[in-house]
Amino acid sequence: MSGVRVLVGTRKGAFILTSDGKRERWEVNGPHFAGWELYHLKGSPADPNRLYASQCSGWFGQIIQRSDDGGKTWTQPGTPPGEQAAPGGPPKAESNKFVYDTSSETGKPLTTHQFYDGKQHPWEFKRVWHLEPSLSDPDTVYAGVEDAALFRSKDGGKSWQELSGLRGHGTGPKWQPGAGGMCLHTIVLDPSNPKRIFVAISAAGAFRSDDAGKTWQPINRGLHSQYIPDPNAEVGHCVHRIAMHKSRPGVLFMQKHWDVMRSDNAGDLWQEISGNLPTDFGFVVDVHAHEPETIYVVPIKSDGEHFPPEGKLRVYRSRSGGNEWEALTKGLPQRDCYVNVLRDAMAVDSLDNCGIYFGTTGGQVYCSPDAGDNWTPIVRDLPAVLSVEVQTLP
Amino acid sequence: MIRVVLPAHLRGLAHVAGEVQVEIKGPATQRSVVDALEASYPTLRGTIRDHVTQQRRPFLRFFACEEDLSHESPDAPLPDEVVSGKEPLLIVGAIAGG
Repeated sequence: MSGVRVLVGTRKGAFILTSDGKRERWEVNGPHFAGWELYHLKGSPADPNRLYASQCSGWFGQIIQRSDDGGKTWTQPGTPPGEQAAPGGPPKAESNKFVYDTSSETGKPLTTHQFYDGKQHPWEFKRVWHLEPSLSDPDTVYAGVEDAALFRSKDGGKSWQELSGLRGHGTGPKWQPGAGGMCLHTIVLDPSNPKRIFVAISAAGAFRSDDAGKTWQPINRGLHSQYIPDPNAEVGHCVHRIAMHKSRPGVLFMQKHWDVMRSDNAGDLWQEISGNLPTDFGFVVDVHAHEPETIYVVPIKSDGEHFPPEGKLRVYRSRSGGNEWEALTKGLPQRDCYVNVLRDAMAVDSLDNCGIYFGTTGGQVYCSPDAGDNWTPIVRDLPAVLSVEVQTLP
Repeated sequence: MIRVVLPAHLRGLAHVAGEVQVEIKGPATQRSVVDALEASYPTLRGTIRDHVTQQRRPFLRFFACEEDLSHESPDAPLPDEVVSGKEPLLIVGAIAGG
């Protein structure tokens, strides 16, 4: 029987939750990398045993971990696990080396962006927010980092090179950090076109490449952000998350700081689909695995109050691609609930009856094995959940 | 041999349980000790000092012989007690909440 493996990143380690296709009984494995922040873990679509993890710490910086056995064992790519270096000399050990490209060969990408004080500030690497493995090659993986840039590894995470056309495309000096930092947090790969990549940056907006990451264009037309004086601002929008259904890669759904949006032309123009949501602030958005017009969000009260309105944790589902939403509450706390659901903390499996998953800052990971109708907590008491990904296993 | 005490999280990365010892060719300094540590335990690269700037990470400090050596030059000689192995070089994570 097929099953699922849920990869959970938290403030204090990673957890791997596994179940069979019924998704009723769960095995909880972890913490992996106890005490470290795990911003994101994700498996390769081309090899489900290949996992990548972003491990970081305010003390010790960034670490990249890789598993080739579905999370049973982990190594920092390019280093011999648990062994001293060979007499011939130590390996390069560059899996955690993210260096912004300033070479003349790539056109001397800019090295400053706007800062809180309105002045230009040098780009400084802080951490990897999101890892997106290639759809076809287990050794190729993209990393979205803070300060915002996109890196790619073609050797299984051993070394990383910046796709500097994004940072250097022209609007870079206008990018500035949101409250959470200036992070590239969303990477969406087009399954029908290997040259098309979407990314999102807080607080710069969404961008698209049609040449495998060499050049980029902002795709923020139709976005309106009340804190930006220019109603047609090309960049500066605080995009929280973008989701796509693999069967319709030209249709994108976005949870912006405020507003839930969709685009039917690969981001060329966005329209608001917040409709009857109780609030259109939030972080996550995702799409049903088999119904490309069925989408999910978790409304959060406001930018100043990062918890569900009225203390009721409700997932909202639209079966019409937006505007008309229904609250999904069965099994979710409907009083005194003041958790948040962060941008990378929702995922869907691809079993026949699509499973929906999300994690909270209160340490709960919820699963609905029936597309959102009924929810149960897989775990209740993890550290604050930063990310949730799910793999559907054969 | 120079004795080095690592913070718990770095011991985990290096897959060691207690103190580690590194052999230094030439003057024993903060820089040469970290160089030797990174050569022997490549998983520690970038964790004690920044990969690019080679600066000590802000929340890590170097102590030995009850002295804070963090603001010494990375090329200053380490105390004789550290060089002789009588005392360890302590790499300490800053106390911070969370």
